[in-house]
Amino acid sequence: MAMADNTTSTQRVEQTAGMPTLHKVIFVVLLIGLIALPFFAYPVFAMKVMCFALFAAAFNLLLGFGGLLSLGHAAYFGGASYVAAHAAKVWGLTPELSVLCGAAAAGVLGFAIGSLAIRRQGIYFAMVTLAFAQMVYFVALQAEFTGGEDGIQGVPRGELFGLFSLADNMALYFFVLIVTFGGILFLYRIVHSPFGQVMKAIRENEPRAISLGYDVNRYKLIVFTLSATMAGLAGATKSQVFQLASLTDVHWSMSGEVVLMTLLGGMGTVFGPLIGAGIIVTMQNYLATFGAWVTIIQGVIFVLGVLMFREGIIGVISRWLKKPL
Amino acid sequence: MVVALEAKGLTKEFKGFVAVNNIDLSVEKGTIHALIGPNGAGKTTCFNLLTKFLQPTRGTISYEGLDITRMKPAEIARLGLVRSFQISAIFPDLSVLQNVRVALQRARGESYDFWRSDKILSKFDDQARTHIDEVGLTEFTHERAAALPYGRKRALEIATTLALSPDMLLLDEPMAGMGREDVDRIAQLIRKIALNRTVLMVEHNLSVVADLSDRITVLARGEILAEGTYAEISKAPEVIEAYIGASHD
Repeated sequence: MAMADNTTSTQRVEQTAGMPTLHKVIFVVLLIGLIALPFFAYPVFAMKVMCFALFAAAFNLLLGFGGLLSLGHAAYFGGASYVAAHAAKVWGLTPELSVLCGAAAAGVLGFAIGSLAIRRQGIYFAMVTLAFAQMVYFVALQAEFTGGEDGIQGVPRGELFGLFSLADNMALYFFVLIVTFGGILFLYRIVHSPFGQVMKAIRENEPRAISLGYDVNRYKLIVFTLSATMAGLAGATKSQVFQLASLTDVHWSMSGEVVLMTLLGGMGTVFGPLIGAGIIVTMQNYLATFGAWVTIIQGVIFVLGVLMFREGIIGVISRWLKKPL
Repeated sequence: MVVALEAKGLTKEFKGFVAVNNIDLSVEKGTIHALIGPNGAGKTTCFNLLTKFLQPTRGTISYEGLDITRMKPAEIARLGLVRSFQISAIFPDLSVLQNVRVALQRARGESYDFWRSDKILSKFDDQARTHIDEVGLTEFTHERAAALPYGRKRALEIATTLALSPDMLLLDEPMAGMGREDVDRIAQLIRKIALNRTVLMVEHNLSVVADLSDRITVLARGEILAEGTYAEISKAPEVIEAYIGASHD
């Protein structure tokens, strides 16, 4: 409640009307960088980073802005990747429709699980989300259409709107760029909307929000569903990139990874989850030769991160600059 | 006499312990009614029952003739029955203006719009400023709420409450933990906002409510000890005993 840091008497809050110039500049620079990137680097790796950046940003909507810790976000990420892979491979849908199917499925799943989970708070909420995610994992392992241990392999990349072939990595890259960047901008809008303002109020003082007449559970359910949908969008896109939906995506360790990305980058910041996702995915890629040591290295980085900069990388930078990032 | 809020046979038991026992209370419309009593008298429990943050074990509560016993706290807030909290109930990371806007936004709708820019919230600015001026926080409009001194936080809380244009206010120890200067300022503010509203306030301190309240109900050990004007109850021997016997400050 009462913050400890009321040391200065002149803490002025910037008027949050629309997007601050600093954020606009960062987004534009980011977009230009991402457009140029595949001409210099391997596009598949960049696409993987973008998918995880969207996943982490979706998770951050729930944790950083909704104040709700879910330990089962792999269910939406992975669940959507299965649905999208199935839609593309079996139903023969075009990539954009497959991805939308995946995201919609994740949204429905998020609504169902969320409406039960929000009845509990704190650690109990987290455990309920984890329990349901384990059930989803079990379904993925046992159900017919998910292919069990094999997953769904050889998902065709298809043709965007039935017109443009995405078989080429470059073409696919720009499809992924538009989906993930658009997704991240949409998440930004949610945070900076009239709804986002109420979310912030609920996170800061729930009893007071109730006494002002807000049905807080309804807001929590909406933010949960939105977060699940966007996590699903990320998972569905990833399945199109790797032409694969596998158990890794629904495994509980995936839920843990997204927590790690968000905390490392800075929860409740706009750009933190993106940086966090970039670091973790890069580490996994380049340290892959160390085998099982990757998890140990990740663990050490996490411990150091928590000890040295609790607000995450972007959180610390934001404090230095005295500007929200 | 027109009754705004009425409780009949209100009882709350916690695992065998009776915190509030068979209380009948009626608050007349347009008055300031105080609920006082020494520590552990059941004031806060009673208050939480009336504001629906607790469910009564027995008894009924009605507001303007409507049975609200089984309603949720957010529902009665929308009926115009708005409570405050003992700890200052603000949104610390929002500015003073944003705090008040959160209340206006609920009253005017649009709070579910997650696809629109928060630019549209600036249409509430003028009205929010009116409420901020009303409680004397004009110079702090863009200040982060957490940075305000204690008394100002309570003023902000009142401004936020007023933004809902409630017909009745339920104040939980509005003067708790305040210095003399702040107490006077908040007392004046309460008198001002009570001009066309009903106020029920819980207080620990008898002297604070003395010249503010039209009617006072004294609780002790979960039951009503006395009720009347300040002049009446301050002479009642059982009240004097309860206060001297417990704590008098």
